[in-house]
Amino acid sequence: MSKYLLDKFLYTVDRDPELVERYREDPEGLVAWWEAEMANKILNVLAEERSTWLAFTEEERRALVEHDHVTLFSMGAHPFLTLTLFIAMFERDHGPLEYQKAYGAALAGFSHPYPDIST
Amino acid sequence: MAEVCAVIASTHHPFYYRASTAVGDDRPPFADAWVEKIERFRETLTAARPDVLVMVGSDHFHQLWLDNMPQFLVGKAPAYDANWYNEEREFGLPRFHLAGEEQLSEHILRQGLDAGFDLAFSNELRIDHSITCPIITLRPEADLPIVPIYTNIFAPPLPQPKRFVQLGREIRAMVESWPSDQRVAIIGTGHLSLELGGPRQFGPQGPDPEFDRKAVDWIANGDLTGCLGEVTLDSLHLPGNATHGFMDFMLMMGVAGDGVKADHVDSLDLFHTMEAYFTWYPGGDPR
Repeated sequence: MSKYLLDKFLYTVDRDPELVERYREDPEGLVAWWEAEMANKILNVLAEERSTWLAFTEEERRALVEHDHVTLFSMGAHPFLTLTLFIAMFERDHGPLEYQKAYGAALAGFSHPYPDIST
Repeated sequence: MAEVCAVIASTHHPFYYRASTAVGDDRPPFADAWVEKIERFRETLTAARPDVLVMVGSDHFHQLWLDNMPQFLVGKAPAYDANWYNEEREFGLPRFHLAGEEQLSEHILRQGLDAGFDLAFSNELRIDHSITCPIITLRPEADLPIVPIYTNIFAPPLPQPKRFVQLGREIRAMVESWPSDQRVAIIGTGHLSLELGGPRQFGPQGPDPEFDRKAVDWIANGDLTGCLGEVTLDSLHLPGNATHGFMDFMLMMGVAGDGVKADHVDSLDLFHTMEAYFTWYPGGDPR
């Protein structure tokens, strides 16, 4: 399991308006493209000097494809990154703060200590 | 030598800009009271007549990333562009362009390294809302040169709380040893109890009002002994999963000095998180 790779996905998608829309509309296609093209790309490094060892587990891939923020939280994905990206994708479909409150309510089963987010 | 004309610690609430500029049905009911408190707070900086702003904040995974994460970083550039696409998207924040005070950056880096802080640096830094929120609230003209200092309160492993306090003390000493006749305000922003992306987010108050009450007392009274006696990296998980941002308040308590009471203290209970504002005048209250 790689919390780092989950965070890298959330980070690189969240900062790019085109990727945010692709992830909202076609999560399966976007996750497959991202894992093939971006997972081993070292940011700020030429494309040919990429890493060789980063891949999602089946469970991580499924959580991303299903937009499953509860499972991402349980895996220790950084909650700020998940929240920011999911607000960007789904707040538009709801009334003021409605999405944010539902997002928190879906996590009501978690109590302290929360899953470790250290990478 | 330079004079520290004000020390200011504040929360940085990215919703303030939108709330304060909204009109008609879009204007939230708490906006007028919030603006009133901010305008009083802004006056505490204006009265100090600063020439330069040292600004402590924390990058929210914008330019600084997990493949190369500094714990403490000083910007050293002639200019800083500010705010990011996802801050425009979520908070409606405007973009900024701020001048940099490179000589003070250079002084802080050299003195800090020699004092035992292995500070990282950046010669091209795009800053985010942890620094532009206090520009919006305290100096919306954005007309003063800055030295940005970023701390890692976000990506564990984090430095210990006492290290933030020590760095704050050192920043104060370094500014006061800068061979310049400039008046420097040291401004830092953090959080009280805060939950982001967890079950306690976006409640009617901050996630832990009791922690907030204690925190405001610690800061207002400069009670570093009480604060350091209770706050640990582990304990900060309890008030809310983003409460490690409180360590930037602890850094500012180090800047202000042990046992030094703030000259201006204010707070505002909002949904999601409590706002809090503090100003110290090391050379006496100019108001």
